[in-house]
Amino acid sequence: MHLKVNDESLEVAVDAERTLLSVLRHELGLMGTKYGCGEGNCGACTVLIDGEATRSCITPVTSAGGREITTIEGLANGDELHPVQEAFVEHTAFQCAYCTSGFIMSSAALLDRNPSPSDAQIQSALSGHICRCGAYGRILKAVKSASGEGGAE
Amino acid sequence: MPEFDFAQPTSLNDALDLFAADGEVRALVGGTDIVDQLKTGRRNADMVVDVKRIPELQRLELTDDGLHIGAARNLTDIAEFPPVVSDYRGLADSSLLIGSWQIQNRAGLGGNVCNAAPSGDTIPALLSHDTVAVVASKSGTREIALSDFFAGPGQTVLQKGEILVELVLPLMQENSASSYLRFIPRNEMDIAVVGAGSFVQLNPSNNTVLKARIALASVAPTPVRARAAEEVLEGNALTDDLIEMAAVAAVESATPITDVRGSAEYRRELVKVLTRRTLGICRDRING
Ligand SMILES: Cc1cc2nc3c(=O)[nH]c(=O)nc-3n(C[C@H](O)[C@H](O)[C@H](O)COP(=O)(O)OP(=O)(O)OC[C@H]3O[C@@H](n4cnc5c(N)ncnc54)[C@H](O)[C@@H]3O)c2cc1C
Ligand code: FES
Ligand code: FES
Repeated sequence: MHLKVNDESLEVAVDAERTLLSVLRHELGLMGTKYGCGEGNCGACTVLIDGEATRSCITPVTSAGGREITTIEGLANGDELHPVQEAFVEHTAFQCAYCTSGFIMSSAALLDRNPSPSDAQIQSALSGHICRCGAYGRILKAVKSASGEGGAE
Repeated sequence: MPEFDFAQPTSLNDALDLFAADGEVRALVGGTDIVDQLKTGRRNADMVVDVKRIPELQRLELTDDGLHIGAARNLTDIAEFPPVVSDYRGLADSSLLIGSWQIQNRAGLGGNVCNAAPSGDTIPALLSHDTVAVVASKSGTREIALSDFFAGPGQTVLQKGEILVELVLPLMQENSASSYLRFIPRNEMDIAVVGAGSFVQLNPSNNTVLKARIALASVAPTPVRARAAEEVLEGNALTDDLIEMAAVAAVESATPITDVRGSAEYRRELVKVLTRRTLGICRDRING
């Protein structure tokens, strides 16, 4: 089947019952997207499909065919980090960082739609993400500061 | 996941051919229920049919005969649709409670309805709006009142070969409003301990209730209408006392169980509280 990942068109031979997450990680080697719970709860596997934050662990790969998939590896513009990535580094918005790519993808999608969200809007958009290290305070600060810079792109 | 075949039809006719085939054929919209159920073996499928590319199932339109919502339309789009924001507010309330933003982007209204969980959050809101389900198979189309749609936990009255095409909510009348509330022990990402959806239409000249609908989630094997409470309301002036009487009457329609989320006793108390609050919100929304 045909997949469009991070602006690249790819042909992959996969079974219909594979999840998008498993194909990204194991066929395409894009290990930045993480497997947390595998049932849509934790947010670690979040990618963008046509710009919308989506749980790749419960998305059959076939239903993402032909649509624009963006993973954490494709968020930066060349060597220039996305403003949300920049802000996460700046604020050390992680400890172990397992949850980070998921948080960044949802935050980028949020700022794309709403360049200056309120604290409540940020919390609501990220409420489906779990950080076991409890870096929530820093994460919120990072997203806030990225929005201060004018948001995504 | 166990093996299955997968198809992505782009027309309703092609889809109906697929659903008529032998074996277990299951629809997929967002996959936020079905993928986990397939992974864990709680449901099985020989073929999974992604129905998101069928135009009829993506419909979102207000016409002379009501609000038409295609079964595959995602909850984010629905909650942001201007008529839903302004008039069908119980539906917006409930759509925005489901999972998280990332889930709402994917999940379809038809998925929530056809998954038929006793706790499905949009279902009481849809029931309170007298929603009708439009169902199709190769032998034609039929309409089913949503109150007759559920057969048990996870079960609908859909027959082999039938799929849900759209949900139709009647036009909103003057001086009416709806609301949905659920109780969960945290703020998000949990299943309703109890959910209540109310609809009220008032006679503006004397404040009497012309029409009332109350529906409950997580208190019975399927979402249920609280008909006794509706009868208490209709024809009487909507005072605090009347709301209290209706809240007490709503408990009659609840046959809750005790489980990890709460005892039957606790759920009955929640039915009272949530019915009272949603009726109050309807009144406030009507009075602007
Ligand atoms: C993290 C998480 C949190 C959640 N939180 C909530 C919550 O708070 N409240 C809640 O109510 N639910 C919740 N859910 C459950 C789920 O997200 C909702 O029920 C959602 O609306 C299902 O929609 P879907 O499009 O993803 O359904 P799918 O999984 O695609 O389908 C669900 C079922 O409906 C059937 N189906 C779909 N479309 C049709 C059709 N057109 N005709 C016939 N059958 C059809 C499918 O075959 C399947 O059996 C949650 C799920 C997750 C993963
Ligand atoms: S791994 Fe997908 S949400 Fe947890
Ligand atoms: S930084 Fe470790 S889980 Fe979030």
